[in-house]
Amino acid sequence: MHLLGISGSLRRDSLNTKLLRAVAELLPDDVELELYEELAIVPPYDQDRDGEVPPVEVARLRDAIAGADAVLFATPEYNSSIPGQLKNAVDWASRPVRAASLTGKPVAVIGASTGMYGAVWAQAELRKSLATAGARVAEAEVAVGRAEGRFDDDGRLADDEIRDELREAVATLVGEARVGELVAA
Amino acid sequence: MTITEVARIVPAGNWQADRVHSSLGFAVRHMDVLPFDGGFADFEAELREGRITGTARVESIAAADENLTAHLLSPEFFDAERHPELRFVSRALRRDADEVVVVGDLTVKGQTRPVELRGTVGEPVEDPYGSRRLGIELTTTIDRTDFGLDWQAELPSGGQVVANDVTITARLELVEESG
Repeated sequence: MHLLGISGSLRRDSLNTKLLRAVAELLPDDVELELYEELAIVPPYDQDRDGEVPPVEVARLRDAIAGADAVLFATPEYNSSIPGQLKNAVDWASRPVRAASLTGKPVAVIGASTGMYGAVWAQAELRKSLATAGARVAEAEVAVGRAEGRFDDDGRLADDEIRDELREAVATLVGEARVGELVAA
Repeated sequence: MTITEVARIVPAGNWQADRVHSSLGFAVRHMDVLPFDGGFADFEAELREGRITGTARVESIAAADENLTAHLLSPEFFDAERHPELRFVSRALRRDADEVVVVGDLTVKGQTRPVELRGTVGEPVEDPYGSRRLGIELTTTIDRTDFGLDWQAELPSGGQVVANDVTITARLELVEESG
């Protein structure tokens, strides 16, 4: 089972990217997580450019999502919502309607923030957008508040409770993807 | 219920819905202002030995906008990928004054619930092509959340964007099978 991890934060020391790296370390043997690392270069959504040959960065984004059995998003919260660049990627991946890389794709959303609440508003908004885009949003949530204190100097997660929550979220997401495999078979 | 009792409500024999002249529609109040009408173009229905059954392909849902169609087919509404069909099977028929009451099981999004449909069953009519035709019109109102169609948004005034109650109407022009 191949998961794609998309962090909504672009900075090098992103807490959400660290959170996805922590997920990669606690996966079952038959599950792998690939980190999508090109969010910064996805151009702004433009219907004029969304034709038969989309921008190459967009084609790569869509291929990465289409090639994954499920997608795990980790989002920070900017001004009570999701980062614009992350929303932009969701918009590209939601087209063409009904044949998009996100159509029917099992997805889950987790989030980390330096504030108390772990980006719960952003997570809710991202779930709403993903559901409208046609994705199959798994009932999973991990909200890591005060996240800067939960990673050690090497950027590794140093919180067993969060690790358990991540394990549970991944199990829910993988479960959704496995149902999808059975339906397709 | 005995065969004689059923026969007083629907005629004997086997009857298939003429798809061109039948419809399967739904209406749901939108923004608390008006009913929004939709329907399923691809469906079959039949009356066979007193039992009414029907199936419809969720993919054939008719909406004027492709984005709306995509949203209705998505896991948030019908989840057509995992639950491609709607199904109805009648269990019992009875009369209630001028109405015919059909009790049966409706399956939507993989969830089966008992429903009671009410309406009319006409008298068979000879068509110009040597067959007999029969009109059955049935309607019921269901709570879509009973079937896991839970999407909702709130109006600023506190009302619902899409009502939970959905009225389903089947208008069936059935043709008797020969032989």
